[in-house]
Amino acid sequence: MVAAIIRTVGLGKSYPTAAGVFPALRGVDLEIAAGEFVAVMGPSGSGKSTFMNLLGCLDTPSCGDYFLVARNVAHLDRDELAALRNRCLGFVFQGFNLLPRMTLEDNVALPLVYAAIGRDERRARARRELGRVGLGDYAGSRPSQISGGQQQRVAIARALINSPQLILADEPTGNLDSQTSEEIMALFAELNGEGITVVLVTHEPDIAAYAGRQVRFRDGLLVSDQPTPRGTRAPC
Amino acid sequence: MLKAMLGEAWQAMGANRLRTLLTMLGMVIGVGSVVLMLAIGQGAQYAVAQTISTMGSNLYILISGSTSAGGLRSGGGGGPTLTVADAQAIAELDGVANVAPVHQGTQQLVYGANNWSATVVGTTPPYLDARAWTIVSGYPFGDSDVRSATRVALIGQTAAENLFGNEDPLGKTIRIRQSPFVIIGVLGRKGQNLDGRDQDDTLLIPLTTAQRKVFGTPFAGSVRLIMVQATSPEAMPVVEKSMTALLRQRHRLREGQDNDFFLRNLAAAADSAAETTRVMSMLLGAIASVSLLVGGIGIMNIMLVSVTERTREIGIRMAIGARERDILAQFLLEALMISIAGCLIGLLLGIGGALLTNALSDMVIVISGGSVLIAFAVAAGIGIFFGYYPARRAAALDPIEALRHQ
Repeated sequence: MVAAIIRTVGLGKSYPTAAGVFPALRGVDLEIAAGEFVAVMGPSGSGKSTFMNLLGCLDTPSCGDYFLVARNVAHLDRDELAALRNRCLGFVFQGFNLLPRMTLEDNVALPLVYAAIGRDERRARARRELGRVGLGDYAGSRPSQISGGQQQRVAIARALINSPQLILADEPTGNLDSQTSEEIMALFAELNGEGITVVLVTHEPDIAAYAGRQVRFRDGLLVSDQPTPRGTRAPC
Repeated sequence: MLKAMLGEAWQAMGANRLRTLLTMLGMVIGVGSVVLMLAIGQGAQYAVAQTISTMGSNLYILISGSTSAGGLRSGGGGGPTLTVADAQAIAELDGVANVAPVHQGTQQLVYGANNWSATVVGTTPPYLDARAWTIVSGYPFGDSDVRSATRVALIGQTAAENLFGNEDPLGKTIRIRQSPFVIIGVLGRKGQNLDGRDQDDTLLIPLTTAQRKVFGTPFAGSVRLIMVQATSPEAMPVVEKSMTALLRQRHRLREGQDNDFFLRNLAAAADSAAETTRVMSMLLGAIASVSLLVGGIGIMNIMLVSVTERTREIGIRMAIGARERDILAQFLLEALMISIAGCLIGLLLGIGGALLTNALSDMVIVISGGSVLIAFAVAAGIGIFFGYYPARRAAALDPIEALRHQ
């Protein structure tokens, strides 16, 4: 058994609303081993995005515990969470979330600025990661000059820059056509092949098919957790 | 890290050039007007200080006082109440440096075919010391000249120019009321006094000569003015008291009777002139500072708009690991850069405006390093003060909320 990179115990999150407290997540126990490729599925409102935000240390849980690489991070303060986001995990968004004024190289290097790494090293590492996602020639371009698929590759390069063990992706193909989606998913599968744990949210079965394990949410609860059936798994 | 942030702040400023420029304009105008107003104010203070220094320091002027005869009262200088003997007695008092009795009036000076009217001052040698007046060529008259009422004269720059043109006045003979006077010395230039009168349009002659040959006086030994210089500003109140007591005693004034002389404190007049210009320059500076304040509020306003506009960017930065202090520093730096850039441009404009004012109006302008430094420090302070609130707001954003912002 490989050590768990993610372990949640009774993880819950409630939001105060006008109609009272709304429980978005109602106690989730989940364990993900290092090197796994997990798809998180479920209809909208099922709590899967809330769960991802908690896994991504963007939010703190109302109850329960979250162990990231065996460390309980449920009660850390904002700055400690920021440091975790910066060094331990990479986040890929549906809307790419690149900064439009910056070159691709600067976008990819931005996390290193907050890790207080010098300019020359930032540059070298950003170019290396851009090369890794196949965009080495575009270092000086701006996000508006490249396609959506390419932007998502840049976002993945940015997520990879601090060599995280874990990549979280929130509907990374939601804004892309099916051809480009397949390319992006192939890239995730490749990264997973290199030993990086990948957790991604999707509601498309053929995207989820790239993962080795599929978990489903409904009404704030984990309702199913099973390996992707043999034969339906997409070829890598 | 700081270099990267400076670069980013520069980029953010460049992203909306017109808006950045307009925001800066507030600071430009504020700093520019503060620098200009301080330059004008300090220039005025400098000019007044110059004028005051030409009058002589710690001076009292005693003016022979009013007489009252049968209900007819005359003003200052009207009665022959002060005498040379009074002056000699005052000179013995503690704290008195110089005493010079003065008898002066306007007379027509004649040299060859030229004539010119100037203030003729009959006095004694201590007058030059009391007024801190130098002799640029020749030599002053002495006590023996006063005793024997010689016809010698020291001439001021303006009178000399008008009477002699380019000729050297030294050794020349001029006439006053048919009496010949030899010019034995030329006085240094003093410029205008506080009333705007040209102090150099003058001729100094021995007191006795003035009384006997020029003005004539019905009472021998009486003078209109006595100039008294105290040894120090601290000695002035003592001198004033003892001098008044002495004169009252010498003039046999009874208890309750008015003084028969007037006492004018030139130092007090000078102080009040200096105080007036000081207050004026402070007022100018204060009014200009208001525009600095307005400029600062402009920066705060734009930074708040900027934070709102860039909420999503802030969210992205937080998601990839920016801490609160990183976001705070970024927006603070941006506000600081705008205000400092505005300050630099304002300094240039302010100094340029001051030089232009100087060139166009002869007004004395003083640009001190201190006022430039103050303007700079205030601009930086305003950048931090008015930039802090928007930056704090940016740093306190919730990353998820910020990411959701469109």
